[in-house]
Amino acid sequence: MTTNKFYNAIFAAGITLILACLMIGVKLDTSGTQLAVKGATTAQWTWIGGGIAIVFLSQLFTNQIDALFRMIPKPSISTMLPEEKKMATLKPWLIAGAIVIMVIWPFMVSRGSVDLATLTLIYIMLGLGLNIVVGLAGLLDLGFVAFYAVGAYTYALLSQYFGLSFWVCLPISAGMAALFGFVLGFPVLRLRGDYLAIVTLGFGEIIRILLNNWTEVTGGPSGISGIAKPTLFGLEFTRKAKGGEDAMTFHEYFNLDYSSSYKVIFLYLIAILLVCFVIYVINRLMRMPIGRAWEALREDEIACRSLGLNRTAIKLSAFTLGASTAGFAGAFFSARQGFISPESFIFIESAIILAIVVLGGMGSQYGIILAAIVMTILPELAREFSEYRMLLFGLLMVLMMRWRPDGLIPTKRPHLELKQQ
Amino acid sequence: MSQLLLDVNGLTMRFGGLVAVNGVNLKVKNRQIVSVIGPNGAGKTTVFNCLSGFYIPTEGSVMLKNKQIAGLKDYQISRKGLVRTFQHVRLFQKMTVIENMLVAQHRHLNTNLISGLFKTPNYRRLEQEAMDHAVHWLKEVDLLEFANREAGNLSYGQQRRLEIARCMVTQPELLMLDEPAAGLNPNETKQLDELIIKLRDEHEISILLIEHDMSLVMGISDHIYVIAQGTPLANGTADEIKNNPDVIKAYLGEE
Ligand SMILES: Nc1ncnc2c1ncn2[C@@H]1O[C@H](COP(=O)(O)OP(=O)(O)OP(=O)(O)O)[C@@H](O)[C@H]1O
Ligand SMILES: [Mg+2]
Repeated sequence: MTTNKFYNAIFAAGITLILACLMIGVKLDTSGTQLAVKGATTAQWTWIGGGIAIVFLSQLFTNQIDALFRMIPKPSISTMLPEEKKMATLKPWLIAGAIVIMVIWPFMVSRGSVDLATLTLIYIMLGLGLNIVVGLAGLLDLGFVAFYAVGAYTYALLSQYFGLSFWVCLPISAGMAALFGFVLGFPVLRLRGDYLAIVTLGFGEIIRILLNNWTEVTGGPSGISGIAKPTLFGLEFTRKAKGGEDAMTFHEYFNLDYSSSYKVIFLYLIAILLVCFVIYVINRLMRMPIGRAWEALREDEIACRSLGLNRTAIKLSAFTLGASTAGFAGAFFSARQGFISPESFIFIESAIILAIVVLGGMGSQYGIILAAIVMTILPELAREFSEYRMLLFGLLMVLMMRWRPDGLIPTKRPHLELKQQ
Repeated sequence: MSQLLLDVNGLTMRFGGLVAVNGVNLKVKNRQIVSVIGPNGAGKTTVFNCLSGFYIPTEGSVMLKNKQIAGLKDYQISRKGLVRTFQHVRLFQKMTVIENMLVAQHRHLNTNLISGLFKTPNYRRLEQEAMDHAVHWLKEVDLLEFANREAGNLSYGQQRRLEIARCMVTQPELLMLDEPAAGLNPNETKQLDELIIKLRDEHEISILLIEHDMSLVMGISDHIYVIAQGTPLANGTADEIKNNPDVIKAYLGEE
């Protein structure tokens, strides 16, 4: 047992050494016109040595480390909250309170914070959308960003070529992403777990490459810029109205001085509105027959089939609805950004969204909101470490899986109760 | 004469070189309890898998109410009124008992997203009907008091009963039970015996039963089929089977 552990630790340390030597130890550099191999500096070698030692020791003492993790308390939400009956009466007030705070808050803080909050809200939307697919229906989708891209480009292109407004394009984008989800899902949902993951991964890349190369329409790598911002019943948030003769701007209409923070706050409020809408819809879905069918299919597919449920149709509905949520978020993203390019829709985005779902606790909406906040705000706080972002990200995932494999807030699905008669 | 509900002819299922089922014939009439018995590995479960569409039979015809169903998809067959349970209970463990019952009625509900989001009157009515229907069947199998429990927390006998109730809410005409008495104590077996007879006599459905408990089989079956090593060995009433020398040999030879 212990010798086994020892070999294991040596093996892991060896792998670390090899990887570190290849990735950090030697570097290709240009000296004049020639390529030269350069070794790492002594300081770097010290770091590599330290890293190997850590890997070796952590592998050797896994049991002790696990015990340590077990000692860290796991605050459980259910014990912290008042009992269920009280909760039921309190809940509407809490939600109303939260919404009021969220609406008032942006007027008191800096533009930067509001902007960051808007970004967080986009990730919340994406997390909630992917949660339908992964958390509720149990389908591993590694190319979710493709639907986000479809939504974003749908709005950008419609607005650029046909001058359609954001509010018209929002449902169109969602529908377009849903259509893509449907078309992709139809043939591939017969596949099991891992294969599905690989196909969706490929699909994500295909969409990105397509956007990159279809230069006449999408602008290729240089993307699309100058995408129109949303308007408030036709009122624009620019300094001067752009849209024709009788177009008005927000500050002119209300006789205010022009300030660019109106636009930022307005975008934030739209994001809040969209997130509330998405949360409401998903909440309803979970209590509807389709939500129950997703859960049942995840629990026991064979039993579902024997009861007359068409599994392809049920999976397809989850896939399509998840995709449409991403399309929704995508349209808003391109409106907020004003500029999109294929670079915004790389695989890492899919990975981050998936991490939000896993971190939050698959299927748990509160968990996903919390995880989205953590995942977008932490990198901002740790700006100096931005080079190590992925490294920290990996570390966070490892620690989380050790400490709370069920996610930050484990699922508590709303059970349907039979009122005693 | 009562009508022929299920008519299986020359059913054969091969897995590569292995012939698991070889030329099996079965007839089930309306309001009949028909049993399929045979030693372990005889191919009984494989027959069920073929009938319910989990396997596509290599050869043979399966007629349900004079319509060919061999080759249809599993969910299509179950919608035609042929529903099964499993040798190893398959419940939605983490869902409540009542939710298990509602999932089974999925296709009778209003699954339109818009109606669901706005809770239209039609949506509410169908949801309520499904609820009432579920309550009715939970009462029949004596599980109403556990309606809000997670299915996985029920005792084994209760899980078996829930599985039967869950089939019944789909309104089948032929219920196929794969070893429903396995793992039950004598008392629970007696309840099961009564339940099966009640399903036939009061609810007027037919039952196709696989069972190793001979006293149960002999007591309730209208007709019995024996298969050994995938091949039909004998069929007849309980008395005919009990005295059939081939059957006795097959069972004694095995023990
Ligand atoms: N999917 C499959 N692939 C290959 N062989 C199979 C498959 N399913 C069943 N078999 C084989 O078919 C034969 C019959 O199995 P089956 O499960 O139908 O027996 P059974 O009569 O239900 O036995 P028991 O009383 O133990 O439940 C066995 O030899 C089994 O190994
Ligand atoms: Mg069997």
